[in-house]
Amino acid sequence: MKEKDKKPQISDRRRFFTDIAYSAGMGVMGGLLWAGYADKAKSSTLTLRPPAALTEEDFLRKCIKCGLCAEACTTRPNNIDKETGEFKPGTLIMAKAQDDVTIGTPYFIPRDVPCYMCDDIPCVTACPSGALDVDLVTNSESGELDFKMMDMGLAVVDPNSCIAFWGIQCDACYRACPLMDDAIKLVYGRNERTGKHAFLKPEVNMDTCTGCGLCEKACVTEKAAIFILPREIALGKPGDHYVKGWDKKDQQRVGNRKEEEIITHDERSAKKPEDYLNSGVEY
Amino acid sequence: MNRRDFLKSSAAAAAAGAVGISVPSEVEAAAAKGEEGWRWDKAACRFCGTGCGIMLATKNGRIVAVKGDPAAPVNRGLNCIKGYFTAKIMYGADRLKTPLLRMNDKGEFDKKGKFKPVSWKRAFDEMEKHIRKALKESGPEGVAVFASGQYTIMEGYAAQKMMKGGFRSNAIDPNARHCMASAVVGFYQTFGIDEPSGCYDDIELTDTVISWGSNMAEMHPILWSRVSDRKLSDPERVKVVNITTYRTRSSDLADFEIIFRPSTDLALWNYIAHEIVFNHPEAIDWDFIKKHIIFCAGPVNIGYGMRRKGEKSITPVRPDGSAGKYSAKEMETINKEMAKKLSDREGPALEPYGYKAGDVMKHNPGTLKHWEISFEEYKKSLEPYTLDYTAKLVKGDPDEDLEAFKKKLKDLVALYVEKDRKVVSFWTMGMNQHTRGTWDNTLSYNVHFMLNKQAKPGSGAFSLTGQPSACGTAREVGTFAHRLPADLMVKNPKHRKITENKWQIPEGTLNPVGNQHIMKIHRDIEDGLVKFAWVNVCNPYQDSASARHWIKAAREMDNFIVTSDGYPGISAMVSDLVLPSAMIYEKWGAYGNAERRTQHWRQQVLPVGEAMSDTWQWVELSKRFTVKDLWGPYTLRNGKKLPDVRKAAEKMGYKPDTTMFEILFANDRAKKYKIDLESFPQKGYDNSECIGDSRNVKGSDGKVFKGYGFMLHQYLWEEYAWFGRGHGHDLADFVTYHKVRGLKWPVVNGKETPWRFNAKYDPYAAKHAKEDGNNDFAFYGPLAKALPSGDLKGVKVKKKKSLKNKAKIFARPYMDPPESPDKEYDTWLCTGRVLEHWHSGTMTMRVPELFRAVPEALCYMNPKDAKAKGFKNGDLVWIESRRGKVRAHIETRGRNRPARGLVFVPWFDEKVLINKVCLDATCPMSKQTDYKKCAVKIYKA
Repeated sequence: MKEKDKKPQISDRRRFFTDIAYSAGMGVMGGLLWAGYADKAKSSTLTLRPPAALTEEDFLRKCIKCGLCAEACTTRPNNIDKETGEFKPGTLIMAKAQDDVTIGTPYFIPRDVPCYMCDDIPCVTACPSGALDVDLVTNSESGELDFKMMDMGLAVVDPNSCIAFWGIQCDACYRACPLMDDAIKLVYGRNERTGKHAFLKPEVNMDTCTGCGLCEKACVTEKAAIFILPREIALGKPGDHYVKGWDKKDQQRVGNRKEEEIITHDERSAKKPEDYLNSGVEY
Repeated sequence: MNRRDFLKSSAAAAAAGAVGISVPSEVEAAAAKGEEGWRWDKAACRFCGTGCGIMLATKNGRIVAVKGDPAAPVNRGLNCIKGYFTAKIMYGADRLKTPLLRMNDKGEFDKKGKFKPVSWKRAFDEMEKHIRKALKESGPEGVAVFASGQYTIMEGYAAQKMMKGGFRSNAIDPNARHCMASAVVGFYQTFGIDEPSGCYDDIELTDTVISWGSNMAEMHPILWSRVSDRKLSDPERVKVVNITTYRTRSSDLADFEIIFRPSTDLALWNYIAHEIVFNHPEAIDWDFIKKHIIFCAGPVNIGYGMRRKGEKSITPVRPDGSAGKYSAKEMETINKEMAKKLSDREGPALEPYGYKAGDVMKHNPGTLKHWEISFEEYKKSLEPYTLDYTAKLVKGDPDEDLEAFKKKLKDLVALYVEKDRKVVSFWTMGMNQHTRGTWDNTLSYNVHFMLNKQAKPGSGAFSLTGQPSACGTAREVGTFAHRLPADLMVKNPKHRKITENKWQIPEGTLNPVGNQHIMKIHRDIEDGLVKFAWVNVCNPYQDSASARHWIKAAREMDNFIVTSDGYPGISAMVSDLVLPSAMIYEKWGAYGNAERRTQHWRQQVLPVGEAMSDTWQWVELSKRFTVKDLWGPYTLRNGKKLPDVRKAAEKMGYKPDTTMFEILFANDRAKKYKIDLESFPQKGYDNSECIGDSRNVKGSDGKVFKGYGFMLHQYLWEEYAWFGRGHGHDLADFVTYHKVRGLKWPVVNGKETPWRFNAKYDPYAAKHAKEDGNNDFAFYGPLAKALPSGDLKGVKVKKKKSLKNKAKIFARPYMDPPESPDKEYDTWLCTGRVLEHWHSGTMTMRVPELFRAVPEALCYMNPKDAKAKGFKNGDLVWIESRRGKVRAHIETRGRNRPARGLVFVPWFDEKVLINKVCLDATCPMSKQTDYKKCAVKIYKA
């Protein structure tokens, strides 16, 4: 065997020795040598989970990696290819070692296969452990499953690469959205350069977008100009102390704010008053 | 300048019609080299009738980029996402590169054989053999061509010359028959001449845009962008209304939408006219009417364009109800062609014509016949259209409140009638693909004429064209069964003589019987009459209704089908010989868009593989046939005789073995157009047909093709343009079009014409108006301008009266389509398109980004209907009619939101060949298929 052929084995071995201390606690992995991937125990913060997934920490605790959700998705009756009679790839992927996701847990990549927001949400109803919580997608009044309650992420538009912002008549994302005119709506604007055309720009409504990713799939740019990010990554936070006076509904946004004593700490207020006053003024 | 001044100046510039547009120096049309070594040149977009201008960048013989042309008035540098990808459409991996012939193991043609590559020579040998056979067995009527509204003008003209002048066959009809025929006949009947009076500037100048059965947001995106901007410029004043059989994206911008029951747009137009005449008579401009308009009527029992009793393929009639090649279920509908019991819906509308509900109306074949009537008779025809009758008949959404619907109808009338409110009515396929499409078109002009809101800046009924050159090629060149260039007709002996003289062929060569429109060609193949059919730049086996019949006839009967295309599609699969065609920017060409703007381009790159343009294919074919072969006598199937013109040919200096090539294409007039590679526009550009190219393709004679040696494209253009000059169809010369971003014809003294028939803007109108002692309008189209007179029920005075320079208001009733939903087939099926894909998808489905965005055709359905039928969103269902069935996934949350009782399926997907399900009923006058309504049942697959 030539040196060249031995190379991969040598890298693995080298990595094994460097990480051995780190991997000491990873023995739970059935005795397999996952040392090289030990730092992948946590998923990337960009991971998109199936519908009705608990928050990531709770999800990882409850998910037993059985794969029933992915199977339910792939084998749903309307996923059969008309021509071949075979099932097309499903939305949910069970993470493998090389993925940036906790091994064995389900996630999806909208650009490849988005979530089709089935009326009967078979992935959630198949979950035996409650990692996908069916109550999160059940309408409390009617008791029926409601795909509109899904919240897998949020669509984000990059105005620099979205060609609708150039004035091109696209809006493929808008037409692909199952909550058209709700989750994505068109904002009209005048094209001053041409003087006679309008911009039809897609705008995402953060309250109704479910993060299904049909928009990301449909986007015609080389790298999708509309894409799904987990809400924690996609969104900022304005802060709970101020309410928009002109918007009656805005009070709901901060409605959970508890009354509590307010003390602000920063560099300027760090010193006790006497310490500050006794430090003397220069003149 | 501020926007108002900008608008004024652009309208003024359009009115003055300066040749070309002052082009910013940095974007000149001349081939300026970019920094990266790219050569930019102007062209027209490959896709819809909007006719956006684009520019293509080439490098090392390949197209590398495209940009919207900032100097093009239509789009000013913008495109929709189909145009956005024009750089990619010619480069799909499975582009056809060599001719392919079905052969057996011995290398002989065999209809049951598999396709294998052959040479061009072999391909032409087979074509020649089978054309000779077809001519022998069926005469010229046995040789047919499926022509196209996507042909370049040169290709269409070359095909027409060889078919009509060479083969003496009128069986050449374009897919524009499926697209614009009703609009065309509407124009002929109303104005006496084809094509719209207005132009796109109407959008910026109007106060009101009413879209009738047209989803402009997806089908004419750049025009919709202009409508949107107009709305934004004055949101209170400018009103937009979407009149449609199901909610589309066009409803998003609309102030209100009217959902109507399929076919009842006829009633809606009549209702508006009724309101004007009975309740808003002050809105009628009687001065205009008295000077320029007459009232007319025609027969109403004209059938539905289906097969008539006695036709070969529906004979014999069997006891179980089936007939010939048609099942009993199919015959249920087809039998209505001969006679139909009038429904309660249509009864009241037909009362002024002497009918009532329950009568059995006996139908005669479709006819264009009409006669003059009085205004009182016209008024009588409008009586049935009260608000009550109309609202109940027209309301298409069963869940919509009737009173709310009535209010919308009243609001619609108010917009039309409002004094000083400019109104543009737009339509495309909803009104044209209609069993009464011609009537529907003429009804639109009724309203606009009475209000004097036609042929003026910002006001008019504007028929939008779907294809990029249905106007420029199919209609203007006349590649239809019944036409010759520039609105000349094969049945008019004077017109034939003009054409024969110009083509320098003997008088009597041209065939006066031109009735083989596309559906008739399909039916003639099925009947065994047509033995040779050639598909050019279209996909008839995917785009024609009752598709199973035509596919079966092509595959199983004794005939020879040839398809020329860039990519292999269904029509190629059904054919016996497939030829690789050069695509749009691989040849010099020209298109004419919906606002009469003709645009030219140069060849940008060489065709791939051995592909050659359709022009070349026709010209090469013409080398195989001589005077002796084609100009002997024939007896047509209706008994009419085509004379032997070979002696006459001899007198003209032709010999028996002179080829059609020498007579029609490489004649002395043609050779005067020289190859000149040193000056504009030929300098620096390829020209495969005229000078050959570096691929050294072995041509139809087996030898390397080195070009014709003269500027064939310019010859074809100039000879064709001659027909229209001086006759209201004036086109500028070839070289001018390479300098400008297109010109709106008629181009008179270098000026384009924005508004026709209007003496202020149209020199023809000015001339004719003056002759009449008027100074405002003249509807100078010459066709059918001498008519007898009578009343709604028929002709009473046979003597014809001249109606020179007049236009017509037609009394035409609402009638049901031949097939409506019933107990078994309980749902309306409407078909159409989506923005992402063009036509049958052969180009756009091969652009990965467009394919990814919309990979398959879905069945758009109301969620309540889905639930009632036990479907979940996305379920796979069968959509079945009396004629056939296809499977598709349903979509209840999509871009199109039908009301209960109707589904919509687009036709771009060959795996959802919806035309197997559609009905081949047509407008019996225009012969245009009604793809918008038939009855289906839907169940789980």
